[in-house]
Amino acid sequence: MKKIILYALAALALNSTAYADVIKVGVVGPFSGPFALQGKNFKAGIDAYMALNGKKVGSDTIEIIYRDIPTADPAQSKALAQELIVKEKVKYLAGFYFTPDAMAATPILKQGNVPMVIMNAATSAIMKTSPLVVRTSFTTWQTSTPIAKVAFDAGVKKVISVVSDYGPGIDAENAFKAGFTKAGGEVVESIRIPLATNDFSPIMQRIKDSGAQGVFAFLPSGPTTLGFVKAYNDNGLKTAGIKFFAPGDLTQESDLPALGDAALGIQTTFHYAVSHDSPENKTFVDAAAKAIGNKAELSFPAVGAYDGMHVIYKMIEATGGKQDAEKAVEAVKGLSWTSPRGPVSIDPESRHITQNIYLREVAKGTDGTYINKETKTFEKQGDPGLAATK
Amino acid sequence: MQTVFSIAIDALAYGMVLFVISIGLSVTMGLMRVVNLAHGAFAMIGGYIASYVARDLGMGYAAAVIAAVVITIVIAIPIERLLYRRIYGQPELTQVLMTIGITFCIIGIANYVMGPTLKTIPLAGPLQGSADLGFRAISIHRLFAIICGLVVALGLWLVIEKTSFGVKLRASVDNAAMAAALGVRTEFVYAVSFAVAVGLAAFGGVVGAELLPVEPYYALRYMVTFLVVVSVGGAGSIPGALIACLVLGAIDTTGRYLMPEFGEFFFYLAVIAIICVFPRGFAGRVT
Repeated sequence: MKKIILYALAALALNSTAYADVIKVGVVGPFSGPFALQGKNFKAGIDAYMALNGKKVGSDTIEIIYRDIPTADPAQSKALAQELIVKEKVKYLAGFYFTPDAMAATPILKQGNVPMVIMNAATSAIMKTSPLVVRTSFTTWQTSTPIAKVAFDAGVKKVISVVSDYGPGIDAENAFKAGFTKAGGEVVESIRIPLATNDFSPIMQRIKDSGAQGVFAFLPSGPTTLGFVKAYNDNGLKTAGIKFFAPGDLTQESDLPALGDAALGIQTTFHYAVSHDSPENKTFVDAAAKAIGNKAELSFPAVGAYDGMHVIYKMIEATGGKQDAEKAVEAVKGLSWTSPRGPVSIDPESRHITQNIYLREVAKGTDGTYINKETKTFEKQGDPGLAATK
Repeated sequence: MQTVFSIAIDALAYGMVLFVISIGLSVTMGLMRVVNLAHGAFAMIGGYIASYVARDLGMGYAAAVIAAVVITIVIAIPIERLLYRRIYGQPELTQVLMTIGITFCIIGIANYVMGPTLKTIPLAGPLQGSADLGFRAISIHRLFAIICGLVVALGLWLVIEKTSFGVKLRASVDNAAMAAALGVRTEFVYAVSFAVAVGLAAFGGVVGAELLPVEPYYALRYMVTFLVVVSVGGAGSIPGALIACLVLGAIDTTGRYLMPEFGEFFFYLAVIAIICVFPRGFAGRVT
């Protein structure tokens, strides 16, 4: 009899360990190299979420496995995703800073039975490549469309668009053009400049010569944006009254100290500002600043990662820790919650995040640091990009 | 006509900034025969030091420039003694491997110590703002960069061509063994020229920081441009580097104004054409 009880207990013990699994989440992002800061923000967002919500969903423990991909490298991204699925046996893939990296990994999701939660990559088309993709960041279309209305309402009827010649830049150009012509304005010229541009003075001259009343710009953040904004001031465009409009990628918080006074007054539209005023955001910023070590380095990828973790936790809850990609994705369709950036939901059709887009202006905060001050809200914006490319 | 002037001014300013940063590389490559891929890294160190001195310590632009040059040289001296001395006269591949390794180390250290964000160098009061040239505005800092370029070019040319140190340097470069036999302390000459080259890199890093902002990947990001300037100008030639910078600056600026969507097409097309006609660069010497 004793023996039987012992066996039963042993069986029970084995059984329960089988349920209390370690669920691995593979995160692919730029953790070294020129974009390491963005990867650092991914990690800060994830760490913040796990610090606030615990490392366990039910009885399962969540383990994050990071894989580094310094620059956009589709082949490497696919290899890493494969390795994570096959060798590390991850049940969820997440992260992905660059669109090509995300695109390269989507074809293996179905076979691997793994959903992917995109925490940054911002091209509309990614969602079409696999039904197992969910995105918690934004698209360039989503953030660039409202600024067209802002520009038109500010009395600017003629705009010149200047974008860096790469995917997101072209997306931004198209989104702005579509929004602005719809509002009744005219885009007098569209200039695409190479990514490796150091000297923007000739472009500024071009903008002046075009006779536009405003300029819409999209460039990668960092040195390029800094050079562009400096040239905009130095060449007298600001004093000439030519207005500057851009999506918020340009004025991300980590670049603001370097941009300094040169950026004051620049209007951008974006889904998240670190200075966003809400209790949820305060909790998030405190936790994420602790995770990243220096609050000045915190910017938008952190909130994408934070909400990405929320979606993954919900997926794990819905599937009870079992590997079922379809059920997991199905469970979060229509999911809505209050994110640090405001109320958000997952659009059931596109599986992309529906969120508020804010109009912000670079301003000096009360403590002397530069912030993106939110001045207006465009509520519940979906992604106009998918419809436009159909 | 206005547009032409405007482009010419931009071209001159851009060319001069390129010149100030690249001339140190021209010295190491032409006179010391070292393919120094860590040149951009030294320029970056200069930029970081200047940023730290001017922004974090609040000591003003002039102090920042001097501190950047001096401290970068102090950092470079042990590197020269321990690492560079081994690769003088070695095949180019060895030099490339060594210096690119140094570059990656410096990038890693800069990233760790100074963080991944952009660093700016606050300008002195008189250098801020823009000057009105009548037909357009140009930032005063650019005029300052143009003057710096001219001063550096003239100073270097005088030192190399007109002083006894210049004679010893050229002698050591042409035939180190013979120069040493004649009593020239070649090691000392090399160390000094290396220090000058590094100092120029740091100076260029600071003066050019408005166009090429300082961040950890500075060291690699602009290295190709610097190398192009040196090869088009002819390694070791100061007038050559000056002409190369002005020509390339003009082509780049004009291309960017008229046809930005072609990107750097015209820049590199010009480089190919020039190298076809002048395989050693504008003023390269036969070695």
